[in-house]
Amino acid sequence: MGEPLVEARNLTKRFGTFTAVDSVDFTIERGEVFGFLGPNGAGKSSTMRMIGATSPITEGQLKVFGLDPNADGREIRARLGVVPQEDMLDEELTVTDNLTIYGRYFSLPRSVIKPRVDELLEFAQLTEKRDAKVEALSGGMKRRLTIARALISNPELVILDEPTTGLDPQARHVLWDRLYRLKQRGATLIITTHYMDEAEQLCDRLVVMDGGRIAAEGSPAELIDRHATPEVLEVRLDVDDHAGREADFAGIGSRTEVLADRILLYVEHADEALQEVRAKGIIPAATVKRRAGLEDVFLHLTGRTLVD
Amino acid sequence: MTPTESRAMGARVIPSVVRPTYRAQHVLERNWIASGAFWKVMIAGFFEPVFYLLAIGVGLGAMIGDITLADGTSVPYAAFVAPGMLAASAMNAAVMESTFNVFFKFKYGRVYQAMLATPIGAGDIAVGEIGWSLFRGFVYSATFLAVMGVMGLTESWWAIGALLGTTLIGLAFGAVGMAAVTFMRSWQDFDLITFVTLPLFLFSATFYPIEVYPPWLQTVATFSPLYHGAELVRGFALGRFDPSMLTNALVLASMATVGAIIAVRRLGRLLLS
Repeated sequence: MGEPLVEARNLTKRFGTFTAVDSVDFTIERGEVFGFLGPNGAGKSSTMRMIGATSPITEGQLKVFGLDPNADGREIRARLGVVPQEDMLDEELTVTDNLTIYGRYFSLPRSVIKPRVDELLEFAQLTEKRDAKVEALSGGMKRRLTIARALISNPELVILDEPTTGLDPQARHVLWDRLYRLKQRGATLIITTHYMDEAEQLCDRLVVMDGGRIAAEGSPAELIDRHATPEVLEVRLDVDDHAGREADFAGIGSRTEVLADRILLYVEHADEALQEVRAKGIIPAATVKRRAGLEDVFLHLTGRTLVD
Repeated sequence: MTPTESRAMGARVIPSVVRPTYRAQHVLERNWIASGAFWKVMIAGFFEPVFYLLAIGVGLGAMIGDITLADGTSVPYAAFVAPGMLAASAMNAAVMESTFNVFFKFKYGRVYQAMLATPIGAGDIAVGEIGWSLFRGFVYSATFLAVMGVMGLTESWWAIGALLGTTLIGLAFGAVGMAAVTFMRSWQDFDLITFVTLPLFLFSATFYPIEVYPPWLQTVATFSPLYHGAELVRGFALGRFDPSMLTNALVLASMATVGAIIAVRRLGRLLLS
């Protein structure tokens, strides 16, 4: 394996007295899909903008393609594809013109851009909308166009900030499919998300971020293995507040978490656990048996749920 | 490299992010595509001078007759006022383009943020936008001048040199307008622009020679950049050259330089946080 694509040591970003990113370390290798998972305000976007060389580093070290973003920002940006959180599409231009002019920003000749535009319109399923004005597109279409735009320069690395936030479930699945195809082609992707299903579906490796710091790092399976049990039994009782009721479940599973509206039991087998609950004479109002996921990892690491 | 070294280096080279690097033409290209129907721009550029010249030059001119210049010669009022109008229209076009349009793209279109994710830097954006405002202004002014020529308000082919004056006006007001827009927070702040440009428009030797003022007020008028623009344009249009035109050009060029430096610096700081 060659040099890592991105390497951060004690990377810090401060805005005035507020520390958005607090001395984080991570390494991203060529060909992997790397995720930053965390709630809003965890420092994901600030980290992304530093990688994208549009936000100066306050402290620590960051190398992208082995280059320093503070010194060689332009060279880094020339090799990056960026999908910002807000699409930032050019609303005054058509779909095709958005792609073309973006290619021109990279000083690509029009003869190179033209076939790529056709190819990317196909990839983004926007061929029929090629002459439409951007403002007439749906949210999902705009997002796909933003991704297509980021690919116009054949970037070595694509960074996507919250790629599916604000989309309906159907549009999200179309988008995941497109990102999955990119991954199949061997692209290196960095994705931030506060959706655990997105992180589980797409990421080879991820870091869990909270309050500007990295709480854990690993593949989705490793993280679940390390910080949760295989299965979870969710129990809802017929009470207003579940606080303090975890004592009732003592001895079942390896750990319990109490949320306002339910109690989570971390167990090997949810079926067996439910029998044990019933054996204690507890009659739940509702139960859910499921496999543990990244949401549980996050809850365990921070004591809070990811999406409120 | 140690972190300290990297920080010290970073501190030194951040301005390079702001330095223009011959990519400003892509910003111009973007605006060219966005302007779409260029004939609309041309038509606006054509009717504005025709209206002004008919109303003020021909209409008012009929009542005023000839006007005596500083050198003692006299010209019809329409021929006197037309270069003033031309200078004022160059100023207005540059101010509009560099303030309203830039503010919109900056705040709402987020066009610049998208550009900055590419190799384009803040300096390229500033240079590109000022360049675009110059280009549009040039088209406007050339149309205006052609109309003046047709109406017989120019003295000789030297009048084409007036475009040098309008270009300098465009550069000066475009750069300062762009610097000013980086300080604007909301649309309300734009009232200030009218507050500044309106008196410039009215009192800068546009409608009458400043020699009608008492000496102290003449001195005040020389602080108006549009006065220098109007003098320069008029000198060419009427074919009456004076060494003071060099000063006029120098004033506008200095204003352009200072405005451009502030615009590039401020834009870089605002966009890259």
